[in-house]
Amino acid sequence: MRFMIIVKATTDSEAGVMPSQELLDAMQKYNEELLKAGVLLAADGLMPSSNAIRISYPEPGDKPILVDGPFTESKELIAGYTLIEVKSREEALEWALRMPDPHGNGQGELELRQVFEVEELMDNPDTLAKESDLRKQIEEQKKA
Amino acid sequence: MSPHETHRTIDAIWRIESAKLIAVLTRMVRDVALAEDLAQDALVIALERWPDIGIPDNPGAWLMTAAKRRAIDFIRRNKLRDQKYDEIGRTAPLYKEDDVDQLLDGEISDDLLRLIFMTCHPVLSQDARVALTLRLLCGLTTDEIAHSFLVAESTVAQRIVRAKRTLSVEKVPFEVPIGEELNQRMAAVLEVIYLMFNEGYSATTGEQWIRPILCQEALRLGRILAEIAPCEPEVHGLVALMEIQASRLKARINAKGEPILLMNQNRAKWDHLLIRRGLAALERSRKLGRPLGPYSLQAAISACHAEARSVAETNWIRIAALYEALARLTPSLIIELNRAVAISMAFGPALGLQIVDELNKEPSLQEYHLLPSVRADLLAKLRRYDEARSEFERAASITRNTRERELLLQQAADCGSGTYKFQDLCPGLARF
Repeated sequence: MRFMIIVKATTDSEAGVMPSQELLDAMQKYNEELLKAGVLLAADGLMPSSNAIRISYPEPGDKPILVDGPFTESKELIAGYTLIEVKSREEALEWALRMPDPHGNGQGELELRQVFEVEELMDNPDTLAKESDLRKQIEEQKKA
Repeated sequence: MSPHETHRTIDAIWRIESAKLIAVLTRMVRDVALAEDLAQDALVIALERWPDIGIPDNPGAWLMTAAKRRAIDFIRRNKLRDQKYDEIGRTAPLYKEDDVDQLLDGEISDDLLRLIFMTCHPVLSQDARVALTLRLLCGLTTDEIAHSFLVAESTVAQRIVRAKRTLSVEKVPFEVPIGEELNQRMAAVLEVIYLMFNEGYSATTGEQWIRPILCQEALRLGRILAEIAPCEPEVHGLVALMEIQASRLKARINAKGEPILLMNQNRAKWDHLLIRRGLAALERSRKLGRPLGPYSLQAAISACHAEARSVAETNWIRIAALYEALARLTPSLIIELNRAVAISMAFGPALGLQIVDELNKEPSLQEYHLLPSVRADLLAKLRRYDEARSEFERAASITRNTRERELLLQQAADCGSGTYKFQDLCPGLARF
């Protein structure tokens, strides 16, 4: 299962204020921990929305409207993401909780989102039923 | 948090922490079975207390402290009266109470590396190595291991108990080997991981082609190993190979659960994040500046496919050359068969068939279904449909995989009716 830990933007991140050395160190240590646990797939930080472009479709079927950044509502913006691969939702949450407070100024906010994946074989009820039949057969062969 | 949620959270924490706990404890008590028991004890304490006191801020450290306390108690008791472990006490430097809390991250990594060399030790059978590694390093339960190998839980439990006993009886040291031994032992470790991956990727028997849990565990273990043994090119080679193969997992089966071969896969469904990771891992292997080993070469072949936008745009000449290099390192008839396919793609089916016909004389390949299946495809490409059909049928009669048999029989029928499309590269080659 893949999860994305989304780091929300703050007034600081939008203003391009670099995080403190202490926070940078803590983030690096955290990323190393993810790496050494074999769960990190990708992680990136995003530039402030001042060089972003918003593309919106107010009239369906019409051409989109482009708006240059910066955008004001920083809570709605994201400042970075970390993509992890884990075995359960609980494991994803546990890793998310271990991420340092990304801003340390009271505005820090993370959002944990599961990545939508093509139906896994193991989640397919038919396959599961077949496998359980097969296991029963094997058990019975053993007894015989 | 309800008690049920707390338990699920504890499971998740256990999965993250258990290997580290067991590795550090093994260093303290020099016995992997005892170390696992002590780690389990810590887990039991957590299961008792955390529902009341809540999950601690740093659950990993909490568990480690609880486990170390148990270990220290054990060592003290053992020093006073337990004769059984006396020898360990005299010969191995046991931790003193003061140094237990001084462990640094680097040392935990070293302990993990020692643990994996132990669980993949040649003194154990291949089955035992896989089971013990899944259990101690991946934190899988006996039931999960049994489930992924379609064997009874009691079988796996026994296998693990015996493996731990063997390690103890044979006094397998908790250490990273050095010199020439390191290469051999590293090869054994990589073999276990790749075996795990393969078992998940294409089950040799039964209905199911892919058991994702084993692929995921193997990949995770490979990624961990790449961080704790970063100077070993073949570790990165194996990771690259697994990342790229895993990138095709979802393109490999259709909605009915039937296999789709490399040639026919929808390349847009390949996981391009994993491909990028695979290419990066291959680059790490190359950058270490040593001649490419077997895993790196296989990964390089895999990368040729991953980077090609279509079958026609694949660099078959390079693939044929990489197979030749691989055959020189690890001579094998199966690699030769793959080389034949690459040659046929690069220079035409007639040249490929020449090599395959030579292989066809090998007695040891008579039960290998990919040989007639490749031969059939090449014959069909040369419009020798009757021969192709009987070769597909021969392949179908040999394979043990139900799904694959259906596919081969379909191809035989297509040859008979003249509707055979040159879709089939050959399943064997599709692996890299």
